[in-house]
Amino acid sequence: MSGASITAEPPPRAAPPESGGEGRSRYRAGALFLLPAFILLGVWLVYPTIYTIVRSFFGQTGYLGSWVGIDNYRTLFTTSTLTTAIKNSAIWVAVVPAFVCAFGLLFAVLTERIRWSVAFKTVIFLPMAISAFATGVTWRLMYQQNPDQGAINALGRTVSDAVTAPGVLSNALPSTTSLQNEGGGLVLKTPLHPGGVALLGLTGIAPDDMPQGARQAVKPSGQSGAIEGVVWRDFKPGGGKPGVVEQGELGLPGVTVELKDSAGKVVQSEKSNPDGSFRFTGLSPGTYNAGIGAATFAKPFGGYSWLGPKLITPALLISYIWIWAGFAMVVIAAGLAAMPRDVLEAARTDGATEWQVFRRVTVPLLAPVLSVVFITMIINVLKVFDIVIALAPESTQANANVIALAMWRTSFSGFDFGTGSAIAVFLFLLVLPVLALNVRRFRREV
Amino acid sequence: MTAAPETVRLPARRDPASAKIVRSVGKLPLQIFLAVVALLWLVPTIGLFITSIQPSSEIATSGWWKLFSHPSQATFSHYSDLFHNAGLTAALKTTAYIAVGNTLLVVIVAALAGYAFAWLEFPGRDWLFIGVVALLVVPLQMALIPMFKLYDTLGIGGTTLSVILFHAAFGLPFAIFLLRNFFIGIPKDILESARIDGASEIWIFLRLILPLGLPAIASLAIFQFLWTWNDLIVSLTFNVQPITVWINGQMRQFSSSVDIIAPASFISLVVPLVIFFAFQRYFVQGLLAGSVK
Repeated sequence: MSGASITAEPPPRAAPPESGGEGRSRYRAGALFLLPAFILLGVWLVYPTIYTIVRSFFGQTGYLGSWVGIDNYRTLFTTSTLTTAIKNSAIWVAVVPAFVCAFGLLFAVLTERIRWSVAFKTVIFLPMAISAFATGVTWRLMYQQNPDQGAINALGRTVSDAVTAPGVLSNALPSTTSLQNEGGGLVLKTPLHPGGVALLGLTGIAPDDMPQGARQAVKPSGQSGAIEGVVWRDFKPGGGKPGVVEQGELGLPGVTVELKDSAGKVVQSEKSNPDGSFRFTGLSPGTYNAGIGAATFAKPFGGYSWLGPKLITPALLISYIWIWAGFAMVVIAAGLAAMPRDVLEAARTDGATEWQVFRRVTVPLLAPVLSVVFITMIINVLKVFDIVIALAPESTQANANVIALAMWRTSFSGFDFGTGSAIAVFLFLLVLPVLALNVRRFRREV
Repeated sequence: MTAAPETVRLPARRDPASAKIVRSVGKLPLQIFLAVVALLWLVPTIGLFITSIQPSSEIATSGWWKLFSHPSQATFSHYSDLFHNAGLTAALKTTAYIAVGNTLLVVIVAALAGYAFAWLEFPGRDWLFIGVVALLVVPLQMALIPMFKLYDTLGIGGTTLSVILFHAAFGLPFAIFLLRNFFIGIPKDILESARIDGASEIWIFLRLILPLGLPAIASLAIFQFLWTWNDLIVSLTFNVQPITVWINGQMRQFSSSVDIIAPASFISLVVPLVIFFAFQRYFVQGLLAGSVK
């Protein structure tokens, strides 16, 4: 991209022909002034274009005898890495121009109503100055899966923790077989009667993961009409005896302990004390099961794999929209500034709501500008390359593949210039209709 | 229509001061919304910068936002390390050569051609101009393979010049388009009187067109500079190592090289940002010239 891609403007009428006898020297001057440009354009654009088109019909070696007809193009649509690229590029074209236009329009219209619109526009436009490559690096940091590294997953964790708090003891395990796993929580195998005692021993808790304020665990003595118990870290330096509350073993505070009746229904639920003790009182006679609720063991939010095979393309699209929204905003804002104000005012005076003015007057009047932005974005998106290289880890680049990247990898990693040329021509053909569109406009207006 | 006209609803006529307050309070949700959007837009770049000043030991375990609670941990040692890294300084130099060389070349060549297309007479001029503008649509991917082979044959692959020339050619259609359209707006009388006084075309070009065309030339120069400064694909293809390619070489071990990649990326984007802030007006003008009539 050269920053802005272009829709050709009709040439303003050229200066009228000169009269006078110096015509010939003028011609020579014209030729001299144009020579450097035509050499560069001829050698670096015109010749390569013809070469690449011809080359796309030859095989890998490129010798005259290696004519393969349209085989390279067939490869393009049958090799899975290349069809993935085409499919992804189609997704890019379907998503990016629409979102970029929508954001640009939204920002352009809204900033007209605030005082600090220049500051706002500058901020949104800033990413346009940064290389797509540096943007890729920047967003790769944002997308790191570990919520301790990637800002987006850190935000996700904050939200997720607010909705469902992670368990106090997400990695804990029962210390004896008397505790059974049940629906994510643990339940004491042996049923209890009022007056009984529940010993809920857990291990596998790293010292750092111990809940704050834990104290020496106390073995309950039992009380009639109630079920007492303790939930504790059934481990001490040296090991200790499993299933027995010993000196040096800490209670686990804040654990949700549940009491279920014989039908399996939770009748009471308590948080354990700093020494790990808990007590269910006021129980009617019968059999009960004590256990620890599943919430205690809930795993913390591990982060979405933004850079993994499934989410890599959406991740790329978001970053790319972040870059280009500012472009759309600036162009659309210029279109808005040039819009006849009296038309908007007339609509407002007639009683149209702001939304109606926007929907029925502003947008239709902006249609030419919007279409320019839209077309520009289609072309840009088809040529996307740098950001994919920078943002997608090597392991998922195959999933993130796009046409321009496929062209480069086929040509300069695989050194298959035949297929590479075919991909380049395919890309050329995709952007060609835009040329036709522009030339038509150009000729109509000359 | 159900909505009453605004003039009736607001006490604007009678009490402008209070109306102003009412209006700005009414805009509060909008202000907050836009402030949040602006913040969201800034976060990634801020994150990159803060990561680049985090101690290496912290990068892997604590996110950059945690530096706000331990600001004393901030360190610029990664930057001083990088400036002592021969690979990076060489890459920076290469980037500067490419960007400056390309910008000069494009400006000169395009100004000459733009002048010819705007003010010199020769047959087929407007059709040639249309032809040049049409070349805008050629994606640079069309030229990578042939130029790679040609450079190889000529033995200039891997040189800064090979990249400069490639960029220059692909910058020209836009550059000529922009300058020609600007030059043609220069008042004809100025040129005519100079010609009558016997001035040569070169004199007119150097003394009249270039100074008068400065705003357009500035826009063009900024675009070219940023485009080439930020380029990856061209240099990568022709085995030249500007900063983008150098960083790309470090990307294989992203997690363990963040303390190199983040500061290097920030260095690479500081120059474009400075240019952008210094010449924002020209930048936007160039953009509009390119995309809106």
